[in-house]
Amino acid sequence: MKILIAGGGKVGSSLIRQLTTEGHEITLIDRSAGVLEEIMEQYDIIAVQGNSATMSVLEEAGVADANLLIAATDADEVNLLCCMTAHVMNPDVHTIARIRNPEYRDQSYLMRDRFALNMIINPEEEAAKEIARLLQLPGFMKIDMFARGSAEIAELKIGADSPLKGIPLSKLSASIRSQVLICAVQRDGQCITPDGNFVLQENDIAYVTGSQASLASLLDNLNILKRKVRQVLIVGGGRISYYLAKEMENSGIRATIVESDGKRCHELATVLPEVTVVQGDASSQEFLDSEGIENFDALVTLTGMDELNIVISLYGDARKVPVIITKLSHAENNRVLDTLPIGSVISPKELICSSLVRYVRAMQNKEGAAQTIHMIANGQGEAIEFIVDEETKHIGEPLKDLKIKPNVLVVSISRGWNSELPHGNSTFRLGDNVVIVTNGDTKILQLNDIFED
Amino acid sequence: MNYKMIGKILSPLLLIEVAFMVPALALCLYDGSRAAARGFIIAMIATVAVAGILRLLTRNAPAGFYAREGLVLTGLTWIVMSILGCLPFCISGEIPSFIDALFEMVSGFTTTGSSILPEVESLSRGILYWRSFSHWVGGMGVLVFLMAIVPLSGKNEGFTLHILRAESPGPSVGKLVPRMKNTARILYWLYVALTVLDFLFLMLGGMPWFEALCHAFGTAGTGGFGVKNDSFGSYSPYLVNVTTVFMLLFGVNFSCYYLLLLKRFRDVFADEELRTYIGIVIASTVMITLSIKGLYPTLGEAIRHAAFQVGSIISTTGYGTTNTDLWPPFVKALMLFLMISGASAGSTGGGMKVARIILAMKALRRNIHENLHPSEVSRVRFNKAPVDERVIKNLNGYLIAYFSIIILSFIVVSLDGFSVETNISAVLATFNNIGPGFDAVGATSNFGAYGTLSKLVFIADMLAGRLEIFPILILASRSTWTRR
Repeated sequence: MKILIAGGGKVGSSLIRQLTTEGHEITLIDRSAGVLEEIMEQYDIIAVQGNSATMSVLEEAGVADANLLIAATDADEVNLLCCMTAHVMNPDVHTIARIRNPEYRDQSYLMRDRFALNMIINPEEEAAKEIARLLQLPGFMKIDMFARGSAEIAELKIGADSPLKGIPLSKLSASIRSQVLICAVQRDGQCITPDGNFVLQENDIAYVTGSQASLASLLDNLNILKRKVRQVLIVGGGRISYYLAKEMENSGIRATIVESDGKRCHELATVLPEVTVVQGDASSQEFLDSEGIENFDALVTLTGMDELNIVISLYGDARKVPVIITKLSHAENNRVLDTLPIGSVISPKELICSSLVRYVRAMQNKEGAAQTIHMIANGQGEAIEFIVDEETKHIGEPLKDLKIKPNVLVVSISRGWNSELPHGNSTFRLGDNVVIVTNGDTKILQLNDIFED
Repeated sequence: MNYKMIGKILSPLLLIEVAFMVPALALCLYDGSRAAARGFIIAMIATVAVAGILRLLTRNAPAGFYAREGLVLTGLTWIVMSILGCLPFCISGEIPSFIDALFEMVSGFTTTGSSILPEVESLSRGILYWRSFSHWVGGMGVLVFLMAIVPLSGKNEGFTLHILRAESPGPSVGKLVPRMKNTARILYWLYVALTVLDFLFLMLGGMPWFEALCHAFGTAGTGGFGVKNDSFGSYSPYLVNVTTVFMLLFGVNFSCYYLLLLKRFRDVFADEELRTYIGIVIASTVMITLSIKGLYPTLGEAIRHAAFQVGSIISTTGYGTTNTDLWPPFVKALMLFLMISGASAGSTGGGMKVARIILAMKALRRNIHENLHPSEVSRVRFNKAPVDERVIKNLNGYLIAYFSIIILSFIVVSLDGFSVETNISAVLATFNNIGPGFDAVGATSNFGAYGTLSKLVFIADMLAGRLEIFPILILASRSTWTRR
């Protein structure tokens, strides 16, 4: 497909990485020659310099025969204008705009047709939703939902005293008394699809599938269920903090936001009456102590600086805050951070990339496209949800008789509100939601791609 | 430096070279020229062996591949391919000396067309085919060919841009379409189509198929190796005119043809480089015709010779119809200018490129202007768009390197005792990938008389000229080979 991307920032460049490996033809538009040059040297794309909201630049970039335009410059207004202009020049082009300003949020959903948008992406809002979900189910580092929530994949770090350690996976379910499946393991930066003889080690990150109930019972049996989060300390008063506070308004979690800028504090206090807003410098440990950091159930670091977020999270860990969530904007070098006790890592740009890649794949094959895609293990693996339809091969045949590609694992089959862990006698039936996990070596675009034949 | 990855890409390139030798071998077998056939068979076995060893040594190559690796790969590819490609010449005994054979091969791949052979009509057809075909491969670039048929994918696939930049001529090389593979394919399709067209036009003029094929290869790559001792001297006016037109066509930026296919005629005719190129061609043809009209019986014949020579030099092909050494000094001076200017960026021709001359002149004009109005801020523009200051900076670097190499080579080759005219024209003709020069290396003569040192200098000049200097200079730079 021919895809135009306006804006070579963080989202733009990681999208390019994803989409070029999937074989799309990318044209990048940016104002800065330096940005274009840098990205051109890394990826096989073509670049156009200029303002992406102007007709001449869009024409030069080839909007006339493009299939999709993703406007992700740093200005919402430019993104909107860019999509509208492109739509005028080529009514068939799909447009996606990044809208981050909360003030535009509601109206841009209402005016989607007027703005000619097929999709609106809001990295900060997605990140806030993800964080809220983690706060409601503490104990896991990350939770991805499938089949409208009837199946989940949770990320679990194996600690030094974890009872999961040292047992072959085939014997695991007996010893932990829960119906769950370890579908992928991240070890030393590599994503492994484990088999029954695989043994977990300390510092592995395991991806566990199961229904919500069985995952909750797993937490129970592993004695890692942490007390419910009631008090959360949010460091940084940016957009994610705003959306997060909004998300939690009715959840019974009390939020305290620490922000150094007095004016921003005032704004937040105006729009978020339920939230305690504190003005102060969170990089000062005395200040955090004076705010009583050790009394909070959770610490979420959302400042604009990755380094500061890491340092504050480390301090939170030292003060024994049970749940820690750290936002990192530059998450590429995550491997180094795996060993640090900074809790769950949230990267808004990766969340957005997942949903954009899903959109692109769905455009590419209208039939049998993925319902949900979640990147796991720093983007090295993918968990993908499909619906079994008339086109699906091998309906009704037991899994044990099917030849499934290596490094692909069927991790859940959901029927209605029930989901089951697949075993040898499980079958696919029409309308089932199927979740598969692959380690990225094999590209799975349709459910039929998992079969060898 | 990721040597293993370089080797891993080099290996299939060598197999491509072997595949290119197959038609030459078939011709040798068909003609029964056993010595030449033996030369090709041994060369093919040696090349396959080298490719195999490289393959074995580079099985577990790490993934990192960056600008530096791309430039080194380009330089090494051309050197290794020339060394293996010259084996048929020496093994067959048709060019017994290794240095002479290497000179001939490098001259072929770099589309220079300078020869050390006093006469070519006694060579076997397989060898003649290989000489001419090397022009065709070298014209568009063998790495571009590789990129067209296999995806050089990897984690940093953007490095292919560095290869395109290193192998295609011009101050600012870009892709035609987002995917490098598709860009390379478009370039090669255009190239093949124009070559076939040239071949058909030559056949229509009654040229035997083998000669038409070799001349089409030589014209397409803007090389200049012929199959006759007098180059184009004995061909009919029709064949001369057809070749004039095609030489000029191959000196045009290929992206112009792509734009024509997209029906963007206005963009093509507004192209500043194309207009300047056409302007230079017309102006020099007129001036040369006026200077030489006394030497030929009719004005038509003078125009024909002048136009052919202008096309031959500006496109850096190097075919000849007549002994240009007899032409007056003013014409020779014009021809030296055409040698330096060369063809358009993004064509198969060599030289400094018209685009660079335009840019250099505009930058110079700005410098003069800035001296008069020190506080004025102005941009150099090309095709109405402002030119990035880095392009100007790179251009300055290129010009310094260009003239330093010319001066240095001129001093070294002067040791052999030929006249100043011979030496300067020999350096310009090899470095700009033209072919023949003047006087002792003129149209009726060859480079065979130079000593080994001079020949090595010419070989380096031809490679540096074809690859836009830097990939070859980088091979000679110590920081390339030291650890990062």
